[in-house]
Order: sequence, then C-alpha cells, then structure tokens
Amino acid sequence: MPGNDLQRAAVDEVAVAPIPKGTDPGEARRGRAADRIFAGLAYGSGLLILAVLAAVAVFLLLRAWPAVGGPPDAVDAVVSSFTGGRFASLWGYVPPLLFGSVLVAALALALAFFVSLGIAVFISQYAPRRLVGALNTIIDLLAAIPSVVYGLWGGLVLVPAIYPFWNWIAGHFGWIPLFAGPAANPSRTVATVALVLAVMILPIITSMTRDIFLQTPKLLEEAALGLGATQWETIRLAVLPFGRSGIVSASMLGLGRALGETMAVLMILSPGLKYSFHLLQASQSQTIAANIAAQYPEANGLGVSVLIATGLVLFAITFAVNYAARRLTGKAAS
Amino acid sequence: MTTLECNPPMDAQRMLADLDLDHFRPSRSTANARRRKDRLMRALFTAAFAVALIPLASVLWTTLTHGIGRLDLGFLTHNMTGVIGGNPTAAGGYGGVLHAIVGTLEITFGAMAISIPIGVMCAVHLIEYARDNALAKTIRLLVDVMSGIPSIVAGLFALSLFSMIFGPGTFNGLEGSVALALLMIPTVCKSSEEMLKVVPDALREASLALGVTKQRTITKVVLRTALPGIVSGSILAIARVIGETAPLLMTAGYVVTTNVNLFSGQMTTLPVYVYQEYSKLSANCPANAGDMCVPTIPMERAWSAALVLIVIVLILNLIGRIVARICAVHTER
Amino acid sequence: MHNQIPMRATAAVCAAALLASLAACGDNTASGASTAQAAGAAALGGEYAGAGASSQQSAVEAWIEGFRGVAPNATVAYNPSGSGAGVSAFLTGSTVWAGSDKALSDDEVAQSKSVCASGTAFDVPVYISPIAVAFNLEGVSDAGRHVNMDAATIADVFAGRITRWNDERIASQNPDLDLPDLAITVVHRSDKSGTTLNFVSYLKDAAPDMWDYELSENWPNEVGQGAKGTSGVVSTIRQANGTIGYADFSQVAGLGTVAVKVGDAYTPISAEAGSKVIADSQIDASVEGDNRIVVTINHTTKAAGAYPIVLVSYDIVCPAYKDPQDARFAKAWLGYVTSAEGQQAAQAAAGVAPLPETLTGRITASIDQIKVD
Repeated sequence: MPGNDLQRAAVDEVAVAPIPKGTDPGEARRGRAADRIFAGLAYGSGLLILAVLAAVAVFLLLRAWPAVGGPPDAVDAVVSSFTGGRFASLWGYVPPLLFGSVLVAALALALAFFVSLGIAVFISQYAPRRLVGALNTIIDLLAAIPSVVYGLWGGLVLVPAIYPFWNWIAGHFGWIPLFAGPAANPSRTVATVALVLAVMILPIITSMTRDIFLQTPKLLEEAALGLGATQWETIRLAVLPFGRSGIVSASMLGLGRALGETMAVLMILSPGLKYSFHLLQASQSQTIAANIAAQYPEANGLGVSVLIATGLVLFAITFAVNYAARRLTGKAAS
Repeated sequence: MTTLECNPPMDAQRMLADLDLDHFRPSRSTANARRRKDRLMRALFTAAFAVALIPLASVLWTTLTHGIGRLDLGFLTHNMTGVIGGNPTAAGGYGGVLHAIVGTLEITFGAMAISIPIGVMCAVHLIEYARDNALAKTIRLLVDVMSGIPSIVAGLFALSLFSMIFGPGTFNGLEGSVALALLMIPTVCKSSEEMLKVVPDALREASLALGVTKQRTITKVVLRTALPGIVSGSILAIARVIGETAPLLMTAGYVVTTNVNLFSGQMTTLPVYVYQEYSKLSANCPANAGDMCVPTIPMERAWSAALVLIVIVLILNLIGRIVARICAVHTER
Repeated sequence: MHNQIPMRATAAVCAAALLASLAACGDNTASGASTAQAAGAAALGGEYAGAGASSQQSAVEAWIEGFRGVAPNATVAYNPSGSGAGVSAFLTGSTVWAGSDKALSDDEVAQSKSVCASGTAFDVPVYISPIAVAFNLEGVSDAGRHVNMDAATIADVFAGRITRWNDERIASQNPDLDLPDLAITVVHRSDKSGTTLNFVSYLKDAAPDMWDYELSENWPNEVGQGAKGTSGVVSTIRQANGTIGYADFSQVAGLGTVAVKVGDAYTPISAEAGSKVIADSQIDASVEGDNRIVVTINHTTKAAGAYPIVLVSYDIVCPAYKDPQDARFAKAWLGYVTSAEGQQAAQAAAGVAPLPETLTGRITASIDQIKVD
C-alpha cells in the first residue's frame, strides 16, 4: 500500500517548505487574505454546482413548458407526427419510451455488474503485482473507446455476428417469454443493445470498484487471512462488505450512463413503442435519449419542446435512481 | 510494510469485530470444500477478466483493420474542403481529419478549463471546509444526480443557454465545451473528493501545527498528495466526454474547414466527423469517374477517424500518467 | 514548482502557434490553382452558412467546390443538421439559406417575415432524388435482377400483409424469377425523415386502399425493423438475406431494386426516370406566399419510363435580406446550384436526378426576385 510512503513524503515536503514567519504582520495578513479568498472560491464552487443544476432544471422546464402547458391540439399533432400516428398525446408517448430506457439500462447493468465486480476483485486481489499496471491500462483503454465507435462496431460487426447466438437462445430458451422467438435477423434488438451498453459501462464500474477495493484496510484482510480464511473468504468477509456503498454508487453511475447513452442505441436499435419484454425481437422498445437524437434534427419549435419534456423525464428518473441509491447506502452504513 | 502503525478507520474496527471467527475453525471435511470453492472463485474472477477482453479485442481489431488503410500523413494534415463524392482532391488525397482533430482538442481543453477548477474546488469545499454540514450533504447528493445527466440533455442545456444569451442559432466550440464541462464536473468532483478523503488527517495536522495557513496546507500538502488521483480521475472524465457525439452535433455544429477559434464559428470534432462519414455511408462514383474514385471512401474515413480518436485518447491518458508521475510526491528524497 | 509556470506558458504559446500554422494548410487545394471567374459574383467575399437536410450533404459539398469558380473569395459552410433544424435555424436568421426535404409549411412562411427584410421566404427545387425500394435476396439481388411490384404489392409488403418472398402476389408479377420461401424483413427509417414522407405519400396516392396510415415523416407501424438514417437502412438491408427497405438511390449500390409498375410496364429506377415523373407533375399553385415553387409529385403518373417514387429537395431563401451581402450570395448561390453546371456537379457527386427543363424557367424567374442593390 503506497499510503505510508505518500504520508511520509508529504510531511517531508512540508518540512522543507519555508516556514512562514509568524512575526511578520504583512505576511500573516496576506496569508489570511489568501485563506479567505481560497475558502470563498471553494465555497463558490460548491454553490456553483447547485446553481448549475438548478439552471439545467430551470432551462429545461422553461423550454419543455410549451409541450405541457401549450395548446393541447398542437402538442398532440406533434406527438402524432413523431409516432407516425400511433400515439396522439404526450401522456401516451412518454411512458413506453421511459419503459424502453429503463429496460435497456437495467439489462445492461445486470450484464455488466457481476463481470465488473469480478474484474475489480481480480485486479485488486488476485492479479500478480507486475500485471496490475497493464490490466489497469486495459480497463482505461476500454473506457476510452468513444460511444460512436461502439455504435459503429455494434451496428456493423456485432449485429450480424451475434445473430446465430440469439437464434440458438431463442430456439432453446424460447419458452421463457424473455427469449421468445423468432430472433430478429439482423438482430438490432434490445438484447444486442444491452450487450453493447454493458461493454460500455463495464470499465466505469470496474475502475470505481477497483479503487474502493484497493482501499480496504490491510488490517482487515490480514486479520481474515491470519485466521486461516481462504482468499475467497477474505474477499467475501472483508473486501466486499467494505466496498458495499462504493459498489452501489459505481453501479448507479453505470446505470446513469446506460440510461443516457445515445449514439450506440441510435445506431444499433430498431425502435418500437411497445411495453414488451421480447428481447430478441426487433421494433419493441426505444430509449428516451436515442429518441431525442432521432427526432431532433427534423423537429420544429414545439417538437423540440416535446423532446425536451421527454429529456426532463429522463433527468427526473436519474435523479430518483441516484437519490434512492444514496438512501440505500446511507441506511446500510448506519 | 507495516500496516498496524496507521490507525484503522472506525468502520474498519467495527467490521473487524463483526468477523465471524467461528467460520474459520478447522475441520477436515470443510477444509477441502473451502479450498475447492476458493479455486472456483479464483477461476470465475479470472474468467470475468477474460470475458471483458473479448469485446475490447474485437472493437480494437475492427477499428485497426478498417482504419489503418486510410491513415497516413495526408489524412492527418488535410481537412474536408474540396472533397467531392469519391474523387480524389486537388491535393491528391481523399480529405482528412485535421479540422476535426483541432476541434476535438480545443473543445476538450475548453471543457477541462471550465470543469477541473470547479470540480476540484468543489471537492476541496466538501472535504476541507464543509465536511458534513447540511449544504455539503445537499451538494454531494446533487453531484451524484448531476453525474446522471444524460449527455443529450447537457447538449440541450448548452443550446438553450447560448441561444438565450447570444441569440438563436448560435453554434461555436465554446458551446460544446460548456455541454461537455457539465458532464465532466460531477466526475471530477467525485473522484477528487474520494482522493482528498484518503489524504491522512495527520498530514493536515502536521502542516497546520507548523503554522502554515489553511490555504497553503490545502494547495501544498493536501492537493499535492492527492494530485495523482485527481489527475487520473480527470482523465476518466475526459475519456467519457471526448467521445461524445450527440451534444456536439447540436452545439458545435459541423464544418469541413479548419476553424481554430473556439469562440466563433462552427467546429467539427472527431466523433461528429465519424458519425457524419458513417451517415454518408458511400460516395457516388459516376460511370465515367475512373479508377481513382472510391465509392466506399466515407466508411474508410469514418474508421480511420475512429482510430485517430482512440489514439488521441490514449496519448492524453499517457500524458496524464506522466503528469501524475512528475507531480507525485517524490518518495526517494 | 514555481519555475514550471514560464515553461508551461511557453508550451501553451507553442501549441497555439502550431495550431495556427496548421489551420493555414489543410485545405485540399492544388498549389497555384486558379479558375476562371465570372464578373460580378467574383467580388463576393465573406462567410456564408447554410444548414438543413443531411441528404443534401453530398450535393452541397460538390456545389461548394463548384461555387469557388463563381465566387472564389466566398467561404460557404453547410451543416447537415436535418431539415427541421435547418429551417428553424433559417427562421432565426442565423443562416442565409436552408436545405430541406419538404416545402415550407404556411406557419413557417408566416414566421419568415421577421427574418427577411421584406416579403416571405420561398422554396426552390434544387434536385430530384429517386427513392429506391431496395432488397437483399440471395439468387436475385446478387444476380443483379429486379423484382417487379405494383404499388398495392409494395404497400402490402410494407404493411406486413405479405410476409414471404414466394407469396402469390409477388410471384405472379415475376414469372421468370425463382423466389425462395423466405420471410420478408421490412426495413424502414427509425428517424423523422423526408424520405419516409415521400415514400408513404407514394403508397397513399398509388394504393389508397392498401395504405390507410396517416401521412407522416415517421414510420407509422411496427412491421420489420427500423434503422437510423439512410446509412442505417442500407447497412441493415445488407446484413441479412430477405430484407427489403427504401433508401436514396445513390446509396443502394450492391442491392437489388424493385421495378415499379407505371401504366402497364414496370420501370426500373434511374436518375432519368426520376426526372420524368417531375416533368409530368404540376407546380402547386395553392401554396401561401410569393415565388414559391412547390412540386406536387404525380405519383399516379402513366408517363412511359417515369419512376414515381422520388423526393424533391428544396433550398429555402429570402427575397430580400437585411445584409446586402447575404442577398448577393443567395442569388449567386441559387443561380449556380440550379444552373446546368451545378446540376451536373450534383449528379456526379450525389447520383441525384437533374431538374427537368419544364421547371428551370420558373426557377430562374423566382431567383430573379431576390433583391440585390
């Protein structure tokens, strides 16, 4: 653990730094002024975050207002044009989109969660020390691949390549409604999109949980090992419980990313507006973010308002998810 | 390395008391089972890593094989002016990404310049000044919420903000930077907060006891100690935003010429370039165009640009690591 | 620590200088190239921005290059942000012209009063893009053969009523093809698009009994698969055997195309066939506003050799601008775009059909109405 070296070295740093002369009133006054300015800056930054978030909410509300409080006929006409006549009101339009967003993101998280935890544990506990640097680089590399590249790869490489697999699943597990066939070919389906999103959020969850696992007090681990626990028991008894709140917040970050992912979904998914759990069939669901990107270029003033209103719903959902996660981890800690 | 000399945190002590010691009482029948389970879990964790490598290898391999063909000096030093259909340009190449590289770097640096000071100072406020008061709790909650802002919503926000201030239809690089900064601030703030949290209190106390002012303690000791972590957190944030497409499509616009002015005029970034070339899919080659006309050139350019983008992110990553290493507190003094 | 600051400043200055020098080069111009310059417009300088239909991008790129020959000092930029976003930007006055896949609505014409110095905005056709009904069917499309269909059959396929390739209604029109017993996968656009609107307008006009959906720029049912953009549709069609969809003609290389029944014969798609249907169409005289040239496509044309599924792409401009430079540019730009030279450039670069001669007179008359002083 590098903490001790750091600690020692940083104290050295202070020791060699010039010691302020308390007797010089000018120096002391400057110091106090710098102190106040610095504290003010820090305080201002904190407040700025509140202000920015409030600004985002207010701006979006203002721009979304015509869609909610505007002339209902005009709004209905816009929604009708967005859906090709399938829905004719905002309240019919938003719920299936919301359903699609949550479905895709939850599936992606479910796929990514255990793999991420596994990798994080592998890197922090099992991997040979010499390899850790290289493994971290690989995870960073995965995080560094832009979503548009995932979109290209998913749409042009994965979609045709994965069809036989989904077809096999539909053939053998078709009795589970989730995997009901026939599997769409090309498989531009919720299942494929969830898989791509899982790959995209994997490095985010992994790198956060890894950092937390690395912070597990050595004392705990050594105590468990010293008592004769196997490595897995040590992980289960010491590492995972210690990192629990971190795991939850990392997962929420991943979920948030999956909820908001636009380009990959836009370039891969064949959208629909149903409440459907048929993951292997095309034209079942659409996500809010991808829907905004698909409709925005051709939307007029009121159309943009309708889209921003759906964006606001997405914003509210991420708010709710994060708030719930915090309450949960807060309870667990106390 | 002795770890016992540092004070275990309170929760660690509590958890130590919670350890189920009976669990480890040896018995021959359970010992083998436990060992088997340990091996099984080791295999599972290793497998998890192997599984993650498959898509990574596939993405990188696809990008490399599709992208390397058109990636040459001409591609890096030309923009897209004068590129018509699949025909070669007057300069002899098939266009390039110079304008998009310039746009990506400027917009990303703009976003960094806005978000890193705010994010780090916010973390300083939370850890060094506010600790656990009501305001800090609210800020922590809202930073969490902010990290969930979908990128497209950030784009819509920047668009609304700029059209309100500078008039409707404003497109410029700074607008894109603002949208990206909105996405970066929570990541930077959160990771910096985590890093400041693990700076031992003994350091702060030692510094303050020497009569160093609080501001100097924070900048010279706390931030200095946490710097490598802050840098790697910021790099993670940059990696997240540098590939953003949707918000930039609506804020920074799209041009084929090189624009170096972040504050005026539309700017193309690499992800937007990749997306636009993908949207073209193929170029038209009339019957009389001859062999030099390449109908698949847009997709080739898209993959090459994607490769350039990944390489740029890797270089930024490398720079970050070097910076972290140079700035890290030297241990061998 | 302190002595690093000047070093960093130097580095920043170097980086800035490097960027500036890079900006100077990068343009794909041949060294020492000079083109013949037309008098008048050659004096046009400055920067002009347009935005709109992404489908126009390839053509506009060719026009921007060709326009250098007309006005070498003018810099033109086009943001392919989409027709809706382009018209919105135009109506706020931030762009000089908009490219659009559909004509202005009455509301938009009324709104344009506030951006134009006088009068209202008008639309001018700039090219015609045939929309191919493209398919991927082993043994047919890879043999370079067409499948014959009438409008009712196409409507049945896209409404999900014909689900197999060897359906009697398809087979009866294609006696010489060996159609497989394979499921049809319909591929349509998932985004809002002028291509979709024009395609379903054709179905609605030519097969009203078979197509009872409302006209919309969004696809109206959940048959088959949706994909984003022309590129998404074409790559989806390429990915599986048995797919059929609609896309701009210039993008469907390598796929089979449906020959559509016009009169008593089946017309395969071509640029010339697309021009012919417009030559057989009327200009909508009922639209609000002056100078507007809005083509009502005659989807039920009987003209021999005409291909009825086409999209007319428009440029939208003001008759008078607040900035006289903008007016001069708009007039020169549209003049070039609709000229024989501009049409040829678009045909070569984007594979679109040129404007028929029946329209060019009207178009020139409208462009002449742009006031320059």
